[in-house]
Amino acid sequence: MTSPTAAAGSGEVVVRLADAAAQIGGRTIWSGVDLSLRAAEFVAVLGPNGAGKSTLLKVILGLQPAAHGVVEALGAPAGRRNAAIGYLPQRRAFDPGVRIRGVDIVRLGWDGDRWGPPALWRGRQARQAAERVAEVIALVGAERYAHRPIGQCSGGEQQRLLIAQALIRRPELLVLDEPLDSLDVTNQASVSALIQRVCRSENVAVLLVAHDVNPILPYLDRVLYLAHGSTVIGTPEQVITSETLSMLYDTPIDVLRDRAGRLVVVGQPDSHAGHGP
Amino acid sequence: MTGFSWNLIADVRDILSYHFMLNAMRAGTIVAVVCGTVGYFMVLRRQSFAGHTMAVVGFPGAAAAAWLGVNTGAGYFGCCLLAALAIAALPGGGRAAGRGNSEESAAIGTLQGFALACGFLFVSLYQGFLSGLTGLLFGSITGITDGQVLMLLAAGLVCLAALAMIGRPLLFATLDTDVARARGLPVRLLSTGFLLLLGIAVAGASQVTGSLLVFALLVAPAATAVRLTARPGFGLLLSVAIAVLVTWLAEGIAFFSPYQIGFWVTSLGFGAFGLAVAGQWLAGRRGPAEVEPPHAKTEVETLHPERSG
Repeated sequence: MTSPTAAAGSGEVVVRLADAAAQIGGRTIWSGVDLSLRAAEFVAVLGPNGAGKSTLLKVILGLQPAAHGVVEALGAPAGRRNAAIGYLPQRRAFDPGVRIRGVDIVRLGWDGDRWGPPALWRGRQARQAAERVAEVIALVGAERYAHRPIGQCSGGEQQRLLIAQALIRRPELLVLDEPLDSLDVTNQASVSALIQRVCRSENVAVLLVAHDVNPILPYLDRVLYLAHGSTVIGTPEQVITSETLSMLYDTPIDVLRDRAGRLVVVGQPDSHAGHGP
Repeated sequence: MTGFSWNLIADVRDILSYHFMLNAMRAGTIVAVVCGTVGYFMVLRRQSFAGHTMAVVGFPGAAAAAWLGVNTGAGYFGCCLLAALAIAALPGGGRAAGRGNSEESAAIGTLQGFALACGFLFVSLYQGFLSGLTGLLFGSITGITDGQVLMLLAAGLVCLAALAMIGRPLLFATLDTDVARARGLPVRLLSTGFLLLLGIAVAGASQVTGSLLVFALLVAPAATAVRLTARPGFGLLLSVAIAVLVTWLAEGIAFFSPYQIGFWVTSLGFGAFGLAVAGQWLAGRRGPAEVEPPHAKTEVETLHPERSG
């Protein structure tokens, strides 16, 4: 288990929200949100369904305007520097019919937004791209299935390839929307460990939305709870207590420690608890 | 016209000695290259329904053009492009994925029926020239003029040049819409642009295979290529190669047989697709195919022992 303060507090501010608020269809879903995310920091965004977790990510990416307050990403107003942000949207599974190789999906993260005809000859640019693709695929440990059609990869394999795609341009910030959703327990743990390793070794700040805290808890620096239109933020030790969680979710929740001293949240409603769909 | 002999060189020389066959081959080749390329993206984007709609809407356009004494090619292009813009204006943009498209497809289906009926009316107004009707619906190798070939060539070049410019962002927006949007790509505009290119391809194909059989060149080669390879670049080339080969063979057979080109091009396209499906099924039975670890498998295992399938 890593010390939660090892990376937090050092490094430059990558994401800054000050008194930010967001609305969907004229209804304010959260407001008064303050957040400073620093380089190499791993923060999870938690909260009941409909609390506006995905909306928070979209506001940071500038895909949805903030209704109030300041939102900056990588030192610029949200949306300006998205090329330096790796984004993994929610529930992105390729159905079995998609017959495009994983490496091609990863490669799209490198130059998929470049206009003009692709270089047909093996020039220096093409070689550089191929090298970087191989590098990130090795980083996420996906060599074994990267050349298979992505539709035939398992959920965990697809998720690793998509993380590789998000990482390929050496982003300063990773924004991951429920990357552990639809993965089995073993894969949840290994993908969480992978994200933490990348966070440290590549000096990337990570903002990860999850609805179950337990699989990621050992790897987190801080947690941000969105509930009742506002936020609670702090280290897991500070925030993940029976009192705070019971208050946030409006239902009794127990926080226990296992034999290794790890926190375990029991009774957390993992769906249908909120007021959203 | 001499009959078919097993001397293929003499046969090809025989075919090309007729000007109408030369034009049919020229038009067919242009259309096949464009359809193989655009069709590959259409299959990846699952917009076959949109393509079919444009083809059906192109029929009354061509029939009206014939009735009014205008170039039928202009009728095809005008109506297919209008249909492309109309589909682009729909909420779903003609893409099969997503909710609420059953209502959209019902509306489009109704429109297709209406378009066919209008086309039939225009053909009747044109004094019931029935062989003209089969030509419009099922294609014909006779009667492609030099002007029509030039028009197809110009439209095809515009279409391919545009596709070369937007190809990569289009592939990105197709496979990974949300990330492409976050990267700042104009996803909606790309979708509209592609529908217009699809309109050009459909209008061109209609002039060779007829309105009802455009899928022989637009879907069959691309769907075959997608089953044979998962590499986008190679898939695109393969799709074009199959489309061109199918067209040449179909036109050659149509020249020596009493049956329309539409039947031959469709049958050959269907045959290629059937072979690909059968091949895939056989490969699947023989064991997990396409697991092609190119390098460094064992090294990876030791580097990341925590990884699980």
